[in-house]
Amino acid sequence: MTNLHTPWEPNAVDVASWEGLGRDLARGKYVLTSLWGGRGHVSMALLDPVSGKSSVAHLPVPDGTFPSIAKHYLPALRLERSITDMCGFTPVGCPDPRPWQDHGVWGVKAPLTDNKPHTDPPPPYTFLPVEGEGLHQIPVGPIHAGIIEPGHFRFTANGETVVRLEERLGYMHRGAEKLFEGQDISGGAKIAARLSGDSTVAYSLAYARAVEAAWSLDVPQRAHFLRALFAEIERIANHLGDIGAICNDAAFSVMLAHCGILREETLRLAFECFGHRLMMDRIVPGGVKVDLTRDSAEKILAWAQKTEKHFEILVDLYDNTASLRDRTDTTGTVSAELVTLYGAGGHVGRASGRQFDSRKNTPYPPYDRLDFEIPLRNTGDVNARVWIRICEIRQSLSLIRQILNHIPEGGIAFSLPESPPAETQEGAALVEAFRGDVFIWLRITDGKIERCHPRDPSWFQWPLLENAIKGNIVADFPLCNKSFNCSYAGQDL
Amino acid sequence: MTAKLLAQSLLSKPVTIPAPQPDEAALAELAKALNERSRAKLGRSLTIREVDAGSCNGCELEIHALNNAFYDLERFGIKFVASPKHADVLMVTGVVTKNMEFAVKRAYEVTPDPKWIVAVGDCAAGCGVFTENYAHLGGVASTIPVDLHIKGCPPQPIDLLKGLLALLETAAEGKRA
Repeated sequence: MTNLHTPWEPNAVDVASWEGLGRDLARGKYVLTSLWGGRGHVSMALLDPVSGKSSVAHLPVPDGTFPSIAKHYLPALRLERSITDMCGFTPVGCPDPRPWQDHGVWGVKAPLTDNKPHTDPPPPYTFLPVEGEGLHQIPVGPIHAGIIEPGHFRFTANGETVVRLEERLGYMHRGAEKLFEGQDISGGAKIAARLSGDSTVAYSLAYARAVEAAWSLDVPQRAHFLRALFAEIERIANHLGDIGAICNDAAFSVMLAHCGILREETLRLAFECFGHRLMMDRIVPGGVKVDLTRDSAEKILAWAQKTEKHFEILVDLYDNTASLRDRTDTTGTVSAELVTLYGAGGHVGRASGRQFDSRKNTPYPPYDRLDFEIPLRNTGDVNARVWIRICEIRQSLSLIRQILNHIPEGGIAFSLPESPPAETQEGAALVEAFRGDVFIWLRITDGKIERCHPRDPSWFQWPLLENAIKGNIVADFPLCNKSFNCSYAGQDL
Repeated sequence: MTAKLLAQSLLSKPVTIPAPQPDEAALAELAKALNERSRAKLGRSLTIREVDAGSCNGCELEIHALNNAFYDLERFGIKFVASPKHADVLMVTGVVTKNMEFAVKRAYEVTPDPKWIVAVGDCAAGCGVFTENYAHLGGVASTIPVDLHIKGCPPQPIDLLKGLLALLETAAEGKRA
């Protein structure tokens, strides 16, 4: 069995090895899991795609500069820009020095390190230049037309065809990483659960596992199964919402209506069985907060059966409606090379042939004891991303049945140590949210969070959306965007 | 395929829930907040522009649910619109991030009078998990005047519905008065 406890071993590195890691990333030797900074250090989490081995590299930054990783490996770019915003460090050789989350209105600079007052008026943000005959620009956002999160999209179009999309995000920046500082374990859990509300279960799980890794804590077997049960219900609810919304963006609203019913029934089930529709704050370090009753288990089985039956009718409808497939087939394609380069997780990666799912590749309990496969498609278009979701709903329903069959009796949580270790401990975890792998790294000193860095799967998906829309018509953007369904709040923090 | 599904839907019992009673606390808050003149103009039809000012998107998920067949918000004459210029109500979620302050203010300015502001969720009410820091201004009332708070983390659709019905009742009473 794989080491399930704390595979993210920390290593101190020097400047030369840091640069070497950048070159290794460019060669595809590792997948970048995250890149972040803190007081006096920059850090990088890496995954070996072949062995599944993972580690964290820490580089001291005594003079506030570090060698740019983005110089070798572009997927690191936005994370590196974020390090400058949050910590004030300069990545030497970074190909794009523009700020990312810092729009110049916080009143401070480098909130995670110096936190110095800064009252200069915000500088104008320069979008990348686009030149050519007959081009025009369409600025969209930050406020969009639907009930969705804000972000700015700058389209350059030639007639109806998109030539370039440039995203500008950061509008949802709530200072989450700063708020983690000094929190006790349960205070941190509340914030983690609200980084991206649609993935609240996954974030709570990643946070709990990171704390448990830092303190070498065990969790009762029953809690592992309950955590997976919550996570799979969350996955189904989100995928149902997405499939309905994607079809609705292709003007096929009957799918939205029916998926909406299935989603609502799923959220009601969660409320009846676990007391919260989104199952917020149900997973805590040490275990879970709410047990599964026999009555609830029966309700879940009945719901699974009903959902499956209704859902398969909708799958048939999706697959056999030519006018709908005309919109989703070959629209918004992403190549296998790009998803591999970016290490894009979730439906974005798997629709373009990247076989990665942290439940399989970096397994954690109870998934090492459950039988499931990672669905894969190769066309990388909107249709493929819909199909990954369809297959995953089926898979999750099967996983839920297995969980209910195999869940052991026993307690649901171990209590946290009464006197936490005074010295600094660090831990990290990677778990599979509906949108891809969520990573959380943290340091705890004397029971308080010193630094917590959450990395949403969207960091490596948003840049690919810019590529997916290229050559498509402007009117297909909502469709492409929804088929990605990246998180704004999870990325903006 | 579509025809079969539609026929099945027509023959089965609707899933839509009966209308709940308007929320008492909301009615009380609204009575204080609104003047007769603004009530008189709105009547039994309200259009809402939703603005996320800094939420985790949990509130958005539940606001979305109002449009599903269970809650079917449009049966009450309430619907979501794409532009604040078409809206009677701004429904704002989240703490107001400093990066969103200008957009929230601008949306408020271009919403035609009379207008109502509904702050949805604990963050928007200033009592959420995201306590004071450099990146945001606090609840919605920090930036624009709020007429109605619907609390919860996130509030359930039924609570949102009760709050909005209270708004509708208040508006209709004003019309009769």
